[in-house]
Amino acid sequence: MKMTKTKIAIFVVLGLLAPLVVYPVFLMKVLCFALFACAFNLLLGFTGLLSFGHAAFLGTGGYVTGYLMINTGLTPELGILCGTLAAGVVGAVYGKLAVKREGIYFAMVTLALAQLLFFVYLQAPFTGGEDGLQGVPRGALFGLIDLNDNMNLYYLVYAIFLFGFWLVFRTVHSPFGQILKAIRENEPRAISLGYNVTQYKWVAFVISAALAGLAGSTKTLVFQLASLNDVHWHLSGEVVLMTLLGGMGTIAGPLVGAGVVVTIQNFLSGGELGNYVSIIMGVIFIVCVLLFRNGIVGELQRLIKRNFS
Amino acid sequence: MATFLGINLFGLFGQLLVGLINGSFYALLSLGLAIIFGLLKIINFAQGAMYMLGAFAAWMALNYFGINYWAALIVVPLVVGFAGVVIERFLLRPIAGEDHLYSLLLTFGIALVLQGLFTQIYGASGQPYSIPDELKGGTKLPFMYLPDYRAWIIVASVLVCGLTWFMIEKTRLGAYLRAGTENPAILQAFGINVPLIVTLTFGFGVGLAGFAGVMAAPVYSVSPDMGSNMLIVVFAIVVIGGMGSIGGAILTGLGMGIIEGLTKYFYPEASTTVIFAVMVIVLLMKPAGLFGKEA
Repeated sequence: MKMTKTKIAIFVVLGLLAPLVVYPVFLMKVLCFALFACAFNLLLGFTGLLSFGHAAFLGTGGYVTGYLMINTGLTPELGILCGTLAAGVVGAVYGKLAVKREGIYFAMVTLALAQLLFFVYLQAPFTGGEDGLQGVPRGALFGLIDLNDNMNLYYLVYAIFLFGFWLVFRTVHSPFGQILKAIRENEPRAISLGYNVTQYKWVAFVISAALAGLAGSTKTLVFQLASLNDVHWHLSGEVVLMTLLGGMGTIAGPLVGAGVVVTIQNFLSGGELGNYVSIIMGVIFIVCVLLFRNGIVGELQRLIKRNFS
Repeated sequence: MATFLGINLFGLFGQLLVGLINGSFYALLSLGLAIIFGLLKIINFAQGAMYMLGAFAAWMALNYFGINYWAALIVVPLVVGFAGVVIERFLLRPIAGEDHLYSLLLTFGIALVLQGLFTQIYGASGQPYSIPDELKGGTKLPFMYLPDYRAWIIVASVLVCGLTWFMIEKTRLGAYLRAGTENPAILQAFGINVPLIVTLTFGFGVGLAGFAGVMAAPVYSVSPDMGSNMLIVVFAIVVIGGMGSIGGAILTGLGMGIIEGLTKYFYPEASTTVIFAVMVIVLLMKPAGLFGKEA
């Protein structure tokens, strides 16, 4: 436990110093996607539910925050709070529907529900259609701290990320999280022990959706933009990839996966290599599934266990 | 203009026809998914990419090798089916014993690679593929104009779906297939080469998507993202119908196409979302799907 505390302390300090070395907007992008992937991992890695429509929650958070910031002059913290709540509400409704089916059907239902929302946002009057919501003001935190300064914003995003990360950590290590893991490992047994499995899955779904919304709201603030890309199935696939690549069911995996995927995208999107993003992502999927199913962090943990204990 | 109770019949039948055509493609694709699911217990996320591959193969056959539509209708499904056989044999079989989640992610990866490759080579915009000369005409019915090619799509898809149904439900080979769905171990014990049947089944299911792709090439433009958009709708249809029965997959596909067509006429704003809305209703009323067995 002592060891873990030291590790966490090092990790937190590294995050505080990072923007002095690396471009803060890039870091904020990584952090937003890492939070998104952590939220997703709560569902896939720790409950065993593969949602293929998580972009719906990220996008909802982004649109609601963007709309409120543009039209009502809300302060950023309230904008983010509203976006997160909205994503949680959508998650509550979608979760109720999705947990009625299992396994492969669960993936198809969530994908279809997300596509439903995609078409709604495409036509709805408040989303700006194909253009999206552009020029979302960043505002001043609590009306005091100007967020147009990238460094100020970075520390806000970092705080939000740490909060989300901590929440997932706490959830996973709580009695509630133990029951989720029991459901993942052996659902019939969890039922026979008297747990209302459907209810537990639903609560996990709502937490995951709300956190994904938090990531989306924060992302909108960073890029001052909410667009259809944020609700597209492609993004739902990306978050699966980040989690799989980093390591499903590990705490740090999604962070690593998000870092790698965002770096690859940034590297390729500059030139005419843009179309390769999809091909490379596909290849990573195939290679991960065939060769290292535990992901980067999972494999590292296994190596360390084999060599040092 | 023919009207009935204030409804423009030309418009209504026109949209119904479009709905039936979409329904034909939904039926072919969900039939392929259902056949694959029956034996392999996996959902092929690359089914949409295979449909796209079929359309592109037809386009390439015509433009590079001068192979016409009718020959492509035979050759392309075989080629796409062969691609499916290769995918099953070398990518899916090694992970057959693992959680089905992995096969889903693997096929999703294949879909991304294919879509990315074709976008890279041919760009995101569509390629034109003209209707074969024999079917360029049309028939003037009292209430609508029926282009020959559109009639052909409906006839051919219903025929192929019907033949597939007959093969699975009424022939000896189909009996093996159904037995393999129930209990592959016992089928194997009777001396049937189950791994071979599994590979061929995957190839056949994927070949159906390739066939749909060739059929679709003249009506929709041939573009890299034609498959992914279609596939998500087909997933909703699979959830609505449930994958319990072959006939159910066909009927749900056609039915949802008609519902979509009707919506396009009466309330166009909802035409893209109506199938998903039906899925929500079915999930609330009968979660196992219309033709699904209760879990």
